Amino acid sequence: MRPPIIRVEELSKRFTLGETRSGNLRESLVGAAAALLGRTRRQHAAPDELWALRDVSFEVAEGEVLGIIGANGAGKSTLLRILSRITTPTGGRAEIRGRVASLLEVGTGFHPELTGRENVRLNGAILGMGRREIAQRFDEIVDFAGIEAFLDTPVKRYSSGMRMRLAFAVAAHLEPEILIIDEVLAVGDVAFQQRCLGKMSEVAHSGRTVLFVSHNMAAVEGLCDRALLLDRGQVAARGDVRSVIAEYLARAAVGPTPDGPIARSADGGLEVTTIELVDRDDLPLGAVQSGRSFSLRLDLACAAPLRRIGIQLAVNDALGARVAVLSSAVAGAESDLQPGTHRVQCLVRELPLVPGAYTLELKVLAGSECLLFERRAAPLLVEGGDFFGTGRLPPEGWGGRCLLHQSWSIESAKSDAESPA
Amino acid sequence: MTEPDESRSGRIDGIVITPPRGLGTVDLAELWRFRELIGFLALRDVKVRYKQAALGVSWAVLQPLLTMVVFSVLFGFLMGAEGKPTVEGVPYAVSTFCALVPWQLFATALSFSGNSIVQNQNLVTKVYFPRLVLPIAPIIAALVDFGAAFAVLLLMMLAYGIVPGAAIALLPFFVVLALATALAVSLWLSALNALYRDVRYALPFLTQLWFFVTPCVYTTASVLGEAPPWAHWLYAANPMVGVVEGFRWALIGGPAPATGALLASSIAVVVLLVGGAIYFRRMERVFADWV
Repeated sequence: MRPPIIRVEELSKRFTLGETRSGNLRESLVGAAAALLGRTRRQHAAPDELWALRDVSFEVAEGEVLGIIGANGAGKSTLLRILSRITTPTGGRAEIRGRVASLLEVGTGFHPELTGRENVRLNGAILGMGRREIAQRFDEIVDFAGIEAFLDTPVKRYSSGMRMRLAFAVAAHLEPEILIIDEVLAVGDVAFQQRCLGKMSEVAHSGRTVLFVSHNMAAVEGLCDRALLLDRGQVAARGDVRSVIAEYLARAAVGPTPDGPIARSADGGLEVTTIELVDRDDLPLGAVQSGRSFSLRLDLACAAPLRRIGIQLAVNDALGARVAVLSSAVAGAESDLQPGTHRVQCLVRELPLVPGAYTLELKVLAGSECLLFERRAAPLLVEGGDFFGTGRLPPEGWGGRCLLHQSWSIESAKSDAESPA
Repeated sequence: MTEPDESRSGRIDGIVITPPRGLGTVDLAELWRFRELIGFLALRDVKVRYKQAALGVSWAVLQPLLTMVVFSVLFGFLMGAEGKPTVEGVPYAVSTFCALVPWQLFATALSFSGNSIVQNQNLVTKVYFPRLVLPIAPIIAALVDFGAAFAVLLLMMLAYGIVPGAAIALLPFFVVLALATALAVSLWLSALNALYRDVRYALPFLTQLWFFVTPCVYTTASVLGEAPPWAHWLYAANPMVGVVEGFRWALIGGPAPATGALLASSIAVVVLLVGGAIYFRRMERVFADWV
């Protein structure tokens, strides 16, 4: 068997926070002198230390397309920056066998005063293409970006979309053995995004090794076969992309879990102790993917018998606007409760919400009387998912709150087909 | 930090990333592989510098020219038309412009190179390439401005009927010395600048002071004529003294710079350059985290 193309062993990176600001010049001159002499200053275990990565180990086989996922601050970008040799690790090692091109940002080094033509050459050189390589692919790049007419216009006169298209086009035509990509898909208009995704999967399926970081779970699931989950600088899961995404969703921040009950009625006779998101197998979820089915689970405790109890969970968006209401009364599930604890479960099928942070507003009614109300009872985190079953999601810039199942057909009238315009 | 494993005909086949240890070393082979990037960045600097400037590259000529005019008038008032500090038998205007052209080359190179890491922080934090490329590119770019000013200098010499002697063959040495001095200082300052922005503000001031201790608007002889030898040696510790007087010697027949002093300042520049390169390589490990 061939050795892995990337082997990472116990890679660690420590940041010392605040050092830049607090150091005075004299101190740093002394430090610089010591540094020059090869003596690194010993850092005492200061409280302002942060391990962005801690003992991360993994291997990547040749041709593997590995997704790297994790919450913000989990160390994904630091890992990519170390593997791209932009920054150095504090400990451990990484072996890379092959030419690496990393794309941590689209349009790195673009200069607004230079023309499109000049920027293609400059950007190509920055990304590691030789002069000849750039010349060979120049037409292809311009064609892909669709900006032929503006080649000799300074890039500062381009629309942001055009700039992004040109930048992505250059990057997409790199031909390294290993490609490292960080969140570059969220650029340009929709048509161009589709082409980007298409180009990406072309790269992914051409036998090249790809490391791909994204928050778009649909894109990760569509492009990658395997994934690596980072959590606070450590590898939390590694393996098949679906299982790792599931693990990620289970871990995603649930928010602070209060010790006491979530809500209590005015007379204290009714308490809601927990609200949880669970998947079909009853495993708790930290976040839900668009298009997935899940259940909301509530635990209630009541002191006295209650009649005609209805439970309402309203989904509010980050701005507090009502997006949807789940109601047991509307669903025909009003019921009487005996004293004791009860578990209420509400199944939501194929969640049609766009990704975002929502909150659940809780109301418990007896008939039409409101017993209990809690404006922010629990968070509902929605992550990008494969709602349409096509691996595609509308881009964030599109707006909209909900996703609709749809099927399209286009029929051409006979007369039109016979006389093409 | 990284050890390229060049088993197949000079191409990188694999790299090992480990925590950096010890002194920085300069990988000249890698730098050579990235020569095209140096060229592209220099080209970018040249193209961008005078974009949307109505006078364009004329600025490269106007700056030394106006400086020369101002000092010509000033010294005219102070010392009278005959007393201006100039090379014997050469008009003050030519003697001064001849010194300002290499000075401007040095000052431009220093100012762009000294700020290069900060200016290009978007690159430093996003792409890998040998960081030494950044301070080197503006040094190359400064040669374009120099070319324009040098052409004007030649025209001026032609107008005054001044013909350079055989010493002109050594002119490239002085150009290289000016560039090497600029690069040596920039390696220290650009690295320091990434960590402490004080450098950005200190740099123009430093350049100005340096200008006044360099015999641009006067000649070495006019200030050190009667001074003891040690003063000459001390003065020659400034490599730009050698560059400026070297230009006057090579082009307009000024006094030959003392070989010993020139050798001493060349050695000083080389030491500063090597030390700067090592310091830069050591500090570049934290550029991306600190810049």
